[in-house]
Amino acid sequence: MKIVVLVKEVPDTYGDRKLDLQTGLADRAASETVLDEIGERALEVALSYADSHPDTEVVVLSMSPGSAAATVRKGLAMGAAGAVQVADEALLGADLGLTAEVLAAALQRIGFDLVIAGNQSTDGSGGVLPAMIAELLDVPNATSLNSVEIDGAELRGERATDHGTMQVSASLPAVISITEALPDARFPNFKGIMAAKKKPFETLTLADLGVDAESTEASRSIVISLGEKPPRSAGTKIVDEGDAGERLAEYLVQNRLA
Amino acid sequence: MTDYSADSILVLLDVTPSGALAKSAAGLLGAAAGVGTPVAVIVAAPGEGEQAATDAAALGASHVLVAEHAAAGSGLTVPGADALAAAAELVRPDAILVSNSIEGREIAARFAARSRSGLAVDAVGVSRDAEGVVAHHSVYGGAYNVDSAVTWGAPVITVREGSIDARAEAQPVSVERLDVAASGRKAAVIGAFEEEVVASSRPELRGAAKVVSGGRGLGSEDKFALVDQLADVLGAAVGASRAAVDAGYIPQSHQVGQTGVSVSPQLYIALGISGAIQHRAGMQTAKTIVAINKDADAPIFEIADFGIVGDLFTVVPQLIAALEARKA
Ligand SMILES: Cc1cc2nc3c(=O)[nH]c(=O)nc-3n(C[C@H](O)[C@H](O)[C@H](O)COP(=O)(O)OP(=O)(O)OC[C@H]3O[C@@H](n4cnc5c(N)ncnc54)[C@H](O)[C@@H]3O)c2cc1C
Ligand SMILES: Cc1cc2nc3c(=O)[nH]c(=O)nc-3n(C[C@H](O)[C@H](O)[C@H](O)COP(=O)(O)OP(=O)(O)OC[C@H]3O[C@@H](n4cnc5c(N)ncnc54)[C@H](O)[C@@H]3O)c2cc1C
Repeated sequence: MKIVVLVKEVPDTYGDRKLDLQTGLADRAASETVLDEIGERALEVALSYADSHPDTEVVVLSMSPGSAAATVRKGLAMGAAGAVQVADEALLGADLGLTAEVLAAALQRIGFDLVIAGNQSTDGSGGVLPAMIAELLDVPNATSLNSVEIDGAELRGERATDHGTMQVSASLPAVISITEALPDARFPNFKGIMAAKKKPFETLTLADLGVDAESTEASRSIVISLGEKPPRSAGTKIVDEGDAGERLAEYLVQNRLA
Repeated sequence: MTDYSADSILVLLDVTPSGALAKSAAGLLGAAAGVGTPVAVIVAAPGEGEQAATDAAALGASHVLVAEHAAAGSGLTVPGADALAAAAELVRPDAILVSNSIEGREIAARFAARSRSGLAVDAVGVSRDAEGVVAHHSVYGGAYNVDSAVTWGAPVITVREGSIDARAEAQPVSVERLDVAASGRKAAVIGAFEEEVVASSRPELRGAAKVVSGGRGLGSEDKFALVDQLADVLGAAVGASRAAVDAGYIPQSHQVGQTGVSVSPQLYIALGISGAIQHRAGMQTAKTIVAINKDADAPIFEIADFGIVGDLFTVVPQLIAALEARKA
C-alpha cells in the first residue's frame, strides 16, 4: 500500500501572522514557519498504519517555497520513507484551483493507493483542497474524518458534519482528510533525524508536472484589495473583591447586553 | 423553460438530514439579493423538495430548482456537485454562493475543480463592482480584510455561516424540477447518521448574538454546567476552548478558534480561558469581550473590554444571581 500524505508549511500561529500589504501574500519573513499541525496528524495516521503493516510506503508531498525543504524534511524524520516537494517561483500566490491542479498532477506522478490530508490548513483554512483533488483524480473523497479504519482495499471512518456524525466508506484509491480529533503526531527521535538524511527527497517544478501556472483556461481567484484592522485594546480590568459578579451584572445591563 | 435574469445568483441551499432547510439559507439568500436575483438550488430526498422550496421562496429565492433523487444522501459530495453543475448550466449565473459548511464547501470544491471556476472560500460578505461579484474575507482571525475576485466567469463563493445579517424579501413560490445527469464520478458511500443532540432552547453558536465560552479552568465536565447556566440566563450560545474540548467537557462542535468556529457576537464571555492566539483568532471580532480568569497576566485580558481577575466559581454564581434578581 502506498500512502501519500499532504503536508503544508504554515506560519507558526503562536507568533503573530502577517500579510504583506503590498502583495497580499503571507509575509513569510514576519513569522516562524512550521509543519502544519493537522498535516502532522495526517502523517501520524499513515505511520501508525505502516507500523502494523510493514509493506506500506509512506510519502509526504508538499507544494511550498524552496526554503520550506527543512520543514518538509521533518516528515522524513518522523518516519516517512520519502518526500516530494513541488517548488516553483510561478506558484507564488497560487490560488486554490492552481494548488489543487499541482497537487493532483504530483499525485498522479508519484502514484498512490491512499491520499491523507488535513481537513483544513491552519493558515488558508479553506477546507476544500482534498475534495478538489479527489475530483481532479476521479477518486472518492472521504473527508473530515474523526476516525479512520483501513481494511485492505476499503476504508471506513466517522465523518464530522455540521449536523452530527455519519459513517462513510470508500474503496481505494481514495482521498481522505482527517480532523484534529485524531491523535497528535509522534516526535521525531534522534535515530529518525539521522535516518532522514539518507531518505529520498525529490524536488519537482511545474515543468516536471506539465502544469502551466499562467494558463487562462481556468479562472483564478485573485486578491483585489487588502486592509489591516487596528488591533483591539484592553478596557477595564478589576480584581474581584467579593462583588465582581454584581459589578459585571451592572456593566452588562448598562450596555444593554443582559 | 424559465428565462433567468441576466443578474442571476445561483445559491446552493443545504438541507438538514431531517429534510429542512439549513439555518444558513436566510443569510445566503440575503447576500445574493444584495448583488442580483437569487435562484436557489436544493438537493432533497423524494417528497421533501416541495416544503424546502416553499421555505426558500419565503427567504427570498425568486426561483427554486429542486433536484430530487433517491440517491440523495447515499453518495458523498458528488450528487451535490452534479446538481450544482446542472443548475449552473441552466441558469448561467453571475456568481454561485454556497454555505461554508463542511458539506457545502466540499460540493463547491468539486464543482469549481470540475468547471475550472475561481473559488473564494469563507466570505463574510459579497458586493458587486464593474467587473462582477467580489467576495469579502476576514482572515487571520479578523486581523485583515481581504477582497477577492476571479479572473473570468462566475466566481464560486462559500459564505461563512452566521456572517450575513442582510435578509431578502419573500418571493412568490416558483419551483422547477432540475434534471441532473449523473457525472459518474466515484464517491464515498454514506452509512448511518447520528444527529447531534442540541439543547433546542439554546441558540446555535454560529451567528449567535451572545456567546459564553468555557476553558480548561472549568476543571471538569460536571463543573462545565456553570457555563451552560450563565448562557441560559443571558440567552447565549455555548462555546469552548480547544483545551476544554480535548478534556472532554463538551463536543468539538462548540470549539471556538482557529480550528473551530469563528464567531462575531455582540457579547463574548470567556470563563477560565487563557486567551491563546489560536482561541483569539475565532472570537476577537466580537463587539464586547468579557473575561474572568484568576491569572492577572492571562493574555485574554489584553483584548477584554471588561476583565475580572478572580475565581470564576465565585464570580459566576454571583453574576447569575444578580442577573436573575434583576429579571424577577
Ligand atoms: C489568509 C489566506 C487566505 C486565502 N484565501 C484564499 C481564497 O479565498 N481563495 C483562494 O483561491 N486561495 C486563497 N488563499 C490561498 C490558499 O490558501 C492556497 O491556495 C493554499 O495553498 C491552499 O489552501 P488552504 O490552505 O486553504 O487548504 P485547505 O483546503 O484548508 O487544506 C487542507 C489540506 O490540504 C493539504 N494542503 C493544503 N495546501 C497544501 C500544500 N501547499 N501542499 C501540500 N498539501 C497541502 C493539507 O493536508 C491541508 O491540511 C488564501 C491564503 C491565505 C494565507
Ligand atoms: C494548530 C493549533 C490550532 C489550535 N486551535 C485552537 C482553537 O481553535 N481554539 C482554541 O481554543 N485553542 C486552539 N489551540 C490551542 C491553544 O493554543 C490553547 O492551548 C488553548 O486555547 C488553551 O485553552 P484554555 O485557555 O482553556 O486552557 P489554558 O491555556 O490552560 O487556560 C486555562 C485558564 O483558566 C484559568 N483558570 C483556571 N482555574 C480558574 C478559576 N477557578 N477561575 C478563573 N480562571 C481559572 C487559568 O488561569 C488559565 O488562564 C490550537 C493550537 C494549535 C497548535
